[in-house]
Amino acid sequence: MTVFEGPVRSDADSILARYPEAHRRSAVMPLLYLAQSVEGSVTRDALREIGALLGITTAEVEGVASFYTMFRLRPTGTHVISVCTNLACKLRGAEAVFEEAHEASGVAHGAELSDDGLFTVHEEECLGVCDFAPAVQINFCNHDNVTPERMRELVAGLRAGEVPSPARGPAFDSFRAASRALAGLEEVPSA
Amino acid sequence: MSLRFEPRLTRDWDDPSVIGLEGYVAKGGYQGLSKALAMTDADIVEVVKSSGLRGRGGAGFPAGMKWGFVPRDTGKPTYVVVNFDESEPGTCNNRELVERDPHRLLEGMAIAALAIGCETAYLYVRGEYLWQSVVLERAITEAYAAGHLGPDVQGSGKRIDAVLHRGAGAYICGEETALLNSLEGLRGQPRLRPPFPAVEGLFASPTVINNVETLMNVPDILVRGADWFRELGTEKSPGTKMVTVSGKVERPGNFEVPLGTPFRVVLEELAGGVLGGRTLKAWTPGGSSTPMLTAGHLDVRLDYESLAEAGSMLGTAAIMVMDETDCVVDCATRMVRFYAHESCGKCTPCREGSWWATRVLERLEDGQGQEADLPIMRDLGTNLMFRAFCALADGTASVINSSLQHFPDEYEEHVRLGGCPFKVEHLEEVSA
Repeated sequence: MTVFEGPVRSDADSILARYPEAHRRSAVMPLLYLAQSVEGSVTRDALREIGALLGITTAEVEGVASFYTMFRLRPTGTHVISVCTNLACKLRGAEAVFEEAHEASGVAHGAELSDDGLFTVHEEECLGVCDFAPAVQINFCNHDNVTPERMRELVAGLRAGEVPSPARGPAFDSFRAASRALAGLEEVPSA
Repeated sequence: MSLRFEPRLTRDWDDPSVIGLEGYVAKGGYQGLSKALAMTDADIVEVVKSSGLRGRGGAGFPAGMKWGFVPRDTGKPTYVVVNFDESEPGTCNNRELVERDPHRLLEGMAIAALAIGCETAYLYVRGEYLWQSVVLERAITEAYAAGHLGPDVQGSGKRIDAVLHRGAGAYICGEETALLNSLEGLRGQPRLRPPFPAVEGLFASPTVINNVETLMNVPDILVRGADWFRELGTEKSPGTKMVTVSGKVERPGNFEVPLGTPFRVVLEELAGGVLGGRTLKAWTPGGSSTPMLTAGHLDVRLDYESLAEAGSMLGTAAIMVMDETDCVVDCATRMVRFYAHESCGKCTPCREGSWWATRVLERLEDGQGQEADLPIMRDLGTNLMFRAFCALADGTASVINSSLQHFPDEYEEHVRLGGCPFKVEHLEEVSA
């Protein structure tokens, strides 16, 4: 299957144009985000095609993709729930929030996604919102001072097809949409 | 002591209009850039040097000196790279600085570009700061339209382009050579130095990498001068510093303070004291990688030299507060687990050491620790410190060494009791 064709290929070209011609390889991260926005995770086809676009091997692309936690190489839910449990958040009760994220979403510990395919849960290192701990991101949108009760509400809302309003910035309604914004391709609306 | 000073980086935080170009310019924005355009490169470097501005990202290296190291006769382009990969646990002041005042960063970046003759600046933004990267993109678009960036900056004929690049979740990319590798499309692993980035950085060309807060201090230094900058802070640590206070305090948040402000003032006046009126037990002065201090260090001043004297570091001035109900071993376990997760895998002491330290700490916390585990931890701490490829492992070692130094009894009690002495009490409290 071809990932980078038609409009996706044009998007890839606009990403390549950001970097000097002699340093096309710099585009690998935004291209991975673009692939992720199309397929919901980074597939082997995408790794191969990005390698071909940049003139590097599939292994080199995979080496980059597997280094970073925000690229998902395995099946991924429609929504990715990220819960920081690092010290500042832990001290404000993040571990209970993380447990509740699993409980409410139906993602077993160690599992990639829920049976219904709606959710993936990530334990995160510091998300840089220590002033509003515990910090949570849903599709990379911030939710502040999240309690287990609030986590239940957020998950129930997503299940009902609602997009919860983040603490800052607009909401992305899926992991794919957020990945497209991360590729720098989205006209992001005001909050 | 009461904290009275004229805020600098946060002075417009109550005015949301400065997020936009018009509001920023109305407050005097982009005048530092105008001033810089009328100066020689060498004079720009000189004023920043004499201000004594030191890097705010952790290492504290003088910014002007960094700029001065860039050779100008290599025939290669020069680059400015903004390090907005803020990832040190407990640190979030760059996030708020950009959310509230994005143009000040672009102005500081443009002045740095002029100082080293750079025509393309890169902004490396951590991936999780998606919203903040959008704020910056909008500011960049506005700055181009108004001619503060682009092919003819403020009609000077000089070109400064800005390219925003998003990371994807790797703490190590805050290390400047790892950041460069990441920006070049490689795994974010640190490079051997020398050559230093000033000589061979991005695309093997001379490069200056500066932290967000560092650059945001620059416009005022150009407009008001080096002497003005030195009116606050100490001789060796001039200026103000953004501190993040989190954990067990009444009012967590980002605060600007003159360097040299005692921790007591930050804790009691700004952060409202320890949460629930409890007793302070331990605190990190500059994020999890700086050695933790104790209640005995309440009057330590927050500046580069005072914290070094106290056996720690200013780091990113990210203060995480632990109270009497928090278990130091439990907290150390979580911090060390972070370093195990974020170790890039390049060198053995860090990759293996952080992993083993996590295993030992976890078994101590779980009540399966033995007498022999304490010397093992001491040994690990000693062997990790300054013996790895980059400073990431020094962070691991600092957690281990400082927690053992200040709280040996707590470790010993875990072994003696066969469990965590704080667990039961803590559980009762949570359910109450």
